[in-house]
Amino acid sequence: MLDFLKSPVLAVQEFVFLTARTIRNLPVRPHYWRDILMQMDIIGVGSLPIVLLVGFFSGIVMALQMSRALQTYGAVSQTGPIVAITLVREMGPVLTSVVAAGRNAAGIASELGSMKVTEQIDAMRALGTDPIQKLVKPRLIATCVMLPCLTAIADFVGLLGGYFIGISLLNLTSAEYWTGAYRALEYDDVAQGLLKPFIYAIVISMVGCFYGLNTRGGTQGVGLATTQAVVSSIVWIFALNAIITKIFVSF
Amino acid sequence: MPNTDSILRFEKVTVAFGGDPAIEDVSFEIRAGESRVILGAAGSGKTVILKTSVGLLRPDSGRVFLFGQDITEMKEQDQFDLRARVGMLFQESALFDSLNIEENVAYPLLNQKAVNCPEDQVHARVEEALTFVELGHTLEKFPSELSGGMRRRVGIARANVTEPAMVIYDSPTAGLDPITANNIMALIVKERDVRHATTVMVTQRFQDGAIMARYKYDRATETLVAATPGDASIAGLKFLVMKQGRLVFEGTLAEMEQSKDPYISKFVLRN
Ligand SMILES: Nc1ncnc2c1ncn2[C@@H]1O[C@H](COP(=O)(O)OP(=O)(O)O)[C@@H](O)[C@H]1O
Ligand SMILES: [Mg+2]
Repeated sequence: MLDFLKSPVLAVQEFVFLTARTIRNLPVRPHYWRDILMQMDIIGVGSLPIVLLVGFFSGIVMALQMSRALQTYGAVSQTGPIVAITLVREMGPVLTSVVAAGRNAAGIASELGSMKVTEQIDAMRALGTDPIQKLVKPRLIATCVMLPCLTAIADFVGLLGGYFIGISLLNLTSAEYWTGAYRALEYDDVAQGLLKPFIYAIVISMVGCFYGLNTRGGTQGVGLATTQAVVSSIVWIFALNAIITKIFVSF
Repeated sequence: MPNTDSILRFEKVTVAFGGDPAIEDVSFEIRAGESRVILGAAGSGKTVILKTSVGLLRPDSGRVFLFGQDITEMKEQDQFDLRARVGMLFQESALFDSLNIEENVAYPLLNQKAVNCPEDQVHARVEEALTFVELGHTLEKFPSELSGGMRRRVGIARANVTEPAMVIYDSPTAGLDPITANNIMALIVKERDVRHATTVMVTQRFQDGAIMARYKYDRATETLVAATPGDASIAGLKFLVMKQGRLVFEGTLAEMEQSKDPYISKFVLRN
C-alpha cells in the first residue's frame, strides 16, 4: 500500500548515507587541494556577478517597498535598519542560496552526471581514486566556504542598493542610513545570516552530487538529474529556512 | 582453494539490477599467461562481467577472486592495490574530459599508490605509452579534440602505462570503421605480445577474436604475422560466449568454429 513511498524514502536514505560518508571522509587523506581551489573559483568567483546583481536590486526593491509602508507612520528614517535586518536575516541568505542552487547544484549534477554516464566515474574508481574524495568532498568544502562569503557580499551590495534609494529618493543622509543599519544589526542576526548559507551550502553541494552520481540513461538522464537537483535543493532551502528561522525567533 | 596462479576467478556469480539479473551463475577462471575473448550480443552482460571483475560492481551471489584474493565483500579502499594490477579500457574510452591527454595517461601513475612511480619519471612513461599507440604528438590535446579511434588508443595507453599484469578491453572496436578497428586490434595484439600481459577482451565482432587467436606481433618487422599453433602468444587463448546473462560456451577458436549451436555459429558465420 505504501509502495509509492518506497522510492523517495530509499532516495533520502541514500542521500543521508552519501552525506554521512562525505562528512566522515573530511579529515581523511588524500585531500585534493587543487580540486578544492578550482571548485572555489567556479562556485565563488563564478557566481559573484549574478550575486552582486541580485543583491543590489533586492536592496533597491526592499528600500522602495519599506519606505512606502514606513511613510504611513512617518518613519521613513527607519528604512536603513529595516533593510539591514531583512537582508541579513532572510533575503541575503535565501536569495544567494537560490542563485547558487540554480547555478551550482545544476552545474555539479550535470558535470558528475555526464561523468557517470560516460563511465568516467568507474574509470576513476578503477584507477585508484575514490569519487567521494576526488569529486564530492572538494565540492562540499568549496560551497561551504564560498556561500557564506557570497551571502555577506550580497548583504553589503543590498545595503548599497537601499542607500542609493535612501539618498536619492527618500532624502535620507548618509549618516542616518548607515548608522541606522549598523545599529539595527545584532550579533544574533549576523550569526543567523551566516549559519543559514553554510547549511544551504551543504544542501546544494550534496544534492547536486547525489543526483549527479545517481544519473542513469545517457544524455537524457543528465538533463533529468540536473533539473531534479535544482528543484530539490530549492525546496530544501525554503523548508530549512522556515525551520531555522523558527528556531532563532523562539530564542 | 584459489590457486596463486589464478588471475581472475568467478564462482557462480550473479549480478542483478533491481531484481533483473544482468549476469547469472557465471563461473570461469583465467590463469597467468592465458587470455580470453568474451563474445555476446548487446546487453548480454559482457560489460557487467568486466566491471564485476575489478570490484566496480558487487555480485548479488557467488564469489569473485582477483589475483587469488576474494574481493566479493572487500572494502573499496582495500581493492585499490589489486586494481592497480589491472589495466582497463572502457567501452567509450572513458577519458577524463577535464584533463588533457598527457594528464589522462599520467592519471594511473599518479593515483595508484601500488604503482609507485617516481614523479620525475611520469612524463617519460606517459610519452612512451603514447608513442607505443602512435600518438606521441598529442600530449596537450583534450579528449574532445580527438577522433573516436584516437580516443581508444589513448585509452589503451592509459590501460597499459602502469604495465599491469592483466589488461581488460571493453568493446575496443565498437563504433569504429573497419580499418580503424583493425588498427586498434593490431595495437591490442602488440601490447599483449610485447608485455606478455593477460588480456581479456570483450567484443561483438568474432573477427576481433580471430585476430587475437591467429596473429602475433613480430618485433623484427613491427607488424602482425600469422601465429603458429605452438606460439606462447596464442596458447592460452579461449573464447567465452555470453547469451542473455549466461555463459553458454567456453573453448578454443577451433572448437568455436566447429560448434553446432546456432547462437554460437551465428557469431562465426557473420564474418
Ligand atoms: N547500471 C546498470 N543499471 C541497470 N541495469 C544495468 C546496468 N548496467 C547494465 N545493466 C543491464 O545489464 C544488462 C547487461 O548489460 P551490459 O553488461 O552492459 O551488456 P553488454 O553485453 O552489451 O556489455 C543489460 O540488460 C543492461 O540493461
Ligand atoms: Mg558493453
